[in-house]
Amino acid sequence: MTPARLFLAQRLTALILVPLVLVHLALILVAVEGGLSAAEILDRTRGSAGWAAFYGLFVLAAATHAPIGLRNVIHEHTGWRGRSLEIAMIGLGLLLAGLGLRAVVAVVAP
Amino acid sequence: MIRPSRNHPGFWAFVAHRVSGVALALFLPLHFLVLGLALESDAALDRFLTVADNPVFVVAEWGLVTLLTIHLGAGLRVMALEFLPWRDGRKGLIGLGAIAAVVVGTIFLLQIG
Repeated sequence: MTPARLFLAQRLTALILVPLVLVHLALILVAVEGGLSAAEILDRTRGSAGWAAFYGLFVLAAATHAPIGLRNVIHEHTGWRGRSLEIAMIGLGLLLAGLGLRAVVAVVAP
Repeated sequence: MIRPSRNHPGFWAFVAHRVSGVALALFLPLHFLVLGLALESDAALDRFLTVADNPVFVVAEWGLVTLLTIHLGAGLRVMALEFLPWRDGRKGLIGLGAIAAVVVGTIFLLQIG
C-alpha cells in the first residue's frame, strides 16, 4: 500500500476505534467491580450477536491500526525498511486478526 | 537560540502516544490468547482470572487501562490537529487527555479494590 493509503487506513480505523474504546473502557470500569469471573464475562457475551459484531469490528479495526502504527514507529526509530518490514507488519496484522477473531468466537459462541 | 523541542508539551504527547501504542500492540496478542481460553472451558478462563487477582496483575491491568486512555486522548489530539480548524488552546488538549487517563486509572483502582 502507498503511504497515503496507509495514512488514510490508520485515521479511518482510529475513527472507528474511538467509540469502541470508549465503550470498552466504560465496560472495564463497571465489570471489574468486585473482581472478574468467567461466568460474569460469558453470561454477557455468549449468544449475543450485538457483542459479536462489536468485538468483531473492534478486532479488525485494531488489527489494521496496530501494524500501521508500529510500522511508522519502526520506520522512524530504526533502520528497518523495505519488503521485510512490510511482510512482518502484514504478518502481525493477520496474527492479531486471527487471534482476535478466535477470542471473539471463544466468548460469544453459545 | 533554538529551544530544544523536548521543552514542548507536544513532544511529550508524541512520546506518550508512541509508547502507549507500542505497549498496547504488544499486549493485544496476550489479551486475545487469554480470552481464547474460554474455547477450552469456562474453568480454564476462571483459573487465569484467579491468578490475575494477584496485585502484580492488578497493577499491570491498571497500567494498560491508563495507557489505553492515554493513547485514545493522544490520538484524538492528533486527529484534531490534522482535521479540525487550527485554533489556540491546543496545549489544553494534552492536559485534558492526561487528566482523562488519571481519572480512568483511578476509577479502575477504586472499582477493583
